[in-house]
Amino acid sequence: MAELDAFRAETRAWLDANCPPSMRTPMPEDEIAWGGRNAKFKNPDSKLWLDRMAARGWTAPTWPKQYGGGGLTRPEAKVLEEELRRIKARPALYSFGLWMLGPVLLEYANDQQKAEHLPKIVRGEIRWCQGYSEPGAGSDLASLRTRAEDKGDHFLINGQKVWTSYADQADWIFCLVRTDTTKKHEGISFVLFDMKWPGVEARPIKLISGSSPFCETFFTDVQVPKANLVGKLNGGWDIAKRLLQYERQNISSSGFGSLGGGAGLELEDIARKYVGEENGRIADADLRSRIAAHRMEAKAFALTVRRVEQEAKAGGGVGPAASILKYMAAKINQERCELMVEAMGNRALGWEGEGFSKGELQATRAWLRSKGNSIEGGTSEINLNVVAKRVLGLQDHQ
Amino acid sequence: MAVLTEEQTLLRDAAKAWLRAKSPVAALRKLRDSGNADGFDKAAWREICEMGWAGILIPEALGGSDLGYASLGLVLEETGRTLTASPLVASALAAASALLQGGSAAQQQAWLPKIASGEAIATLAVDETAHHAPERIALAAARKGDGWALTGRKLFVLDGGSADLVIVAARTSGRPGERNGVTLFLVPGNATGLTRHKLATVDSRGVADLEFADITVGKDAVLGPVDGGFDILEATLDRARAGLAAEMLGTATQAFEITLEYLKTRTQFGQLIGAFQALQHRAAKMFTEIELARSCVEAALAAIDSRANDVPALASLAKAKAGDALHLLSNEFVQMHGGIGMTDAHDAGLYLKRARAAEAAFGGSSYHRDRYARLAGY
Ligand SMILES: Cc1cc2nc3c(=O)[nH]c(=O)nc-3n(C[C@H](O)[C@H](O)[C@H](O)COP(=O)(O)OP(=O)(O)OC[C@H]3O[C@@H](n4cnc5c(N)ncnc54)[C@H](O)[C@@H]3O)c2cc1C
Repeated sequence: MAELDAFRAETRAWLDANCPPSMRTPMPEDEIAWGGRNAKFKNPDSKLWLDRMAARGWTAPTWPKQYGGGGLTRPEAKVLEEELRRIKARPALYSFGLWMLGPVLLEYANDQQKAEHLPKIVRGEIRWCQGYSEPGAGSDLASLRTRAEDKGDHFLINGQKVWTSYADQADWIFCLVRTDTTKKHEGISFVLFDMKWPGVEARPIKLISGSSPFCETFFTDVQVPKANLVGKLNGGWDIAKRLLQYERQNISSSGFGSLGGGAGLELEDIARKYVGEENGRIADADLRSRIAAHRMEAKAFALTVRRVEQEAKAGGGVGPAASILKYMAAKINQERCELMVEAMGNRALGWEGEGFSKGELQATRAWLRSKGNSIEGGTSEINLNVVAKRVLGLQDHQ
Repeated sequence: MAVLTEEQTLLRDAAKAWLRAKSPVAALRKLRDSGNADGFDKAAWREICEMGWAGILIPEALGGSDLGYASLGLVLEETGRTLTASPLVASALAAASALLQGGSAAQQQAWLPKIASGEAIATLAVDETAHHAPERIALAAARKGDGWALTGRKLFVLDGGSADLVIVAARTSGRPGERNGVTLFLVPGNATGLTRHKLATVDSRGVADLEFADITVGKDAVLGPVDGGFDILEATLDRARAGLAAEMLGTATQAFEITLEYLKTRTQFGQLIGAFQALQHRAAKMFTEIELARSCVEAALAAIDSRANDVPALASLAKAKAGDALHLLSNEFVQMHGGIGMTDAHDAGLYLKRARAAEAAFGGSSYHRDRYARLAGY
């Protein structure tokens, strides 16, 4: 315990000295540090903060020091997390590499692959994207058809991915490919390659919220050295599933709501402002009651996340409960956004230009974007199917 | 579906055919992408008026066809299906209703023929905050000479940027929150002192904020009794709510049909996604909600046409139930399409955006639930 207290004091002092003041304020979407070869830092403090955190390996606190990580024990990592939260520090790095790829590389990759990729993830040097979904393979991911032919020392990759988030800005892709056409799940492999290599093309797709965070990604005769196969040939499905667990776990613990618009105001404050008050209560009693129901559900969710984390720490590993949390995280953020739009009334129905504040326009876009929460990372329907089958033991009717 | 007269069947079929050919959802997309600030296509509006839709409520002697609200509802249901943005709701439904409810013979003669022919676009300006709240009207009208001077703001006025006539609900006495003291005024769109700010909204319809700076109008600009305009306003709003509910019903129905079609064509796990019971039950539930909403919309429109005395409750019922159905459908439209439903290239997002704008207009479900209870005395 004393050791942990010492670690806390040390951490607090370091953060005080090293976390720039502007990194302790709410983060606007255009100041997110995604890293990568073409990293842009609108606010120079973001770069400073990233570099300082990365130098200590604290962007990936529990990864081994050998691969650039912080080498912290779980309890130490928790202390770091608490101290970061205490000063409201922004995450130094947003990264699919940190959230999804790194953990499976630690588990499945060979030493050479770990040594090559992990440190660059920690430092935010390489930005990764996720090549899973295809036009014909979404919920039924294992029906994917992007082909990787064995050409001796390399694979020749042909096919198409879709909804690939940030593919146009990513440097590398972790990609599911078919290496055996005679089997379904047992014919999939997990490969890594550079988005700059010949034959890779990413075309942005516009979302209903007006931004273009995802792409159609095409592969035409892309040559990928066999050294870039992670795990066993035709053994990619297990890795793919494991990565999805990390993806959902990450969504669950951080939630979807971090960039929810509404100018940093809580739902009840927004309702007060736009609907008005009567005797200190939100004037619309119906809306007030639904806001309260939502706040209570969100609290119950937060308590559940905490309990699941504590239980996981005691027992180790990621349990099937992670699926419940992703479903709930999506539901809660979507409800929050709907209530916000309802509370703001016509003020939430602007698209651009004058007549609406920046916060109002942000709330509108956030509401539209939130509709994807129950689709991305596996749909809510698929999440619930998994819960019903794996957790509850209900029979699969198919 | 209510039993239609032959005339109504013809009207609906003609509307369906014209809208499919001339004003499909792609037309709204084009309107949006072209940055059209009016919020409607002038050529299409001309054709709509030539077909007589803008005169459906207006007496034959004044250039209309006097077919009534149920008939206008049929047309609006079809425009709702295609998300057609036109001044039908603002001008032919809301403003025409106000003139019919409270206009003098001279006022009706001056404006209704023009509204029917499309020569003039009229609108109703009620709300002054982010939310529909006709009870809270504050825009001040003070006596000035023989007439009146209007000062204040009206927000989110449908087609307010292009309207030739704005029917303004103003306060001539009393305080916001009181029914007495509200008076309706006819203000020309080009009145001196009127500033209009066109807004770019999610559903690309023409909406504008209007500022009234000491606008002088004559006493002949008063629609209905001075201080006693609230009853006319409410009757007008109920007609607008029932008509808009018909449009929303059309939007929800179309969203449902497209989604149903997708459930019957998209394959995952070697079967149609519509084969999954989790989706089947939700589809059946959506169908149920739409059927319930249809009953309410048709009952409200019929009550208006037969001058029944339960119009207010039925109008609130229709607006709330159509709103709830559309809310559900617009969300499921996206969700059941998966990733493709989130793309701008797909129509689901356009339905979602129109849905929330229509839900908020003339009062959302929450407002109408409260009003339904108040009308029933609890
Ligand atoms: C914002 C966003 C970002 C994304 N980012 C990425 C990314 O970076 N990389 C990537 O690979 N993918 C990404 N995706 C894709 C996402 O993983 C897929 O969209 C998702 O898995 C659903 O697949 P689909 O779109 O093909 O829908 P479908 O699988 O066709 O589903 C259509 C509907 O049918 C339902 N359904 C399907 N099967 C069943 C069943 N058995 N029981 C009940 N209902 C069922 C679904 O739940 C859904 O409602 C992203 C998606 C979004 C919206």
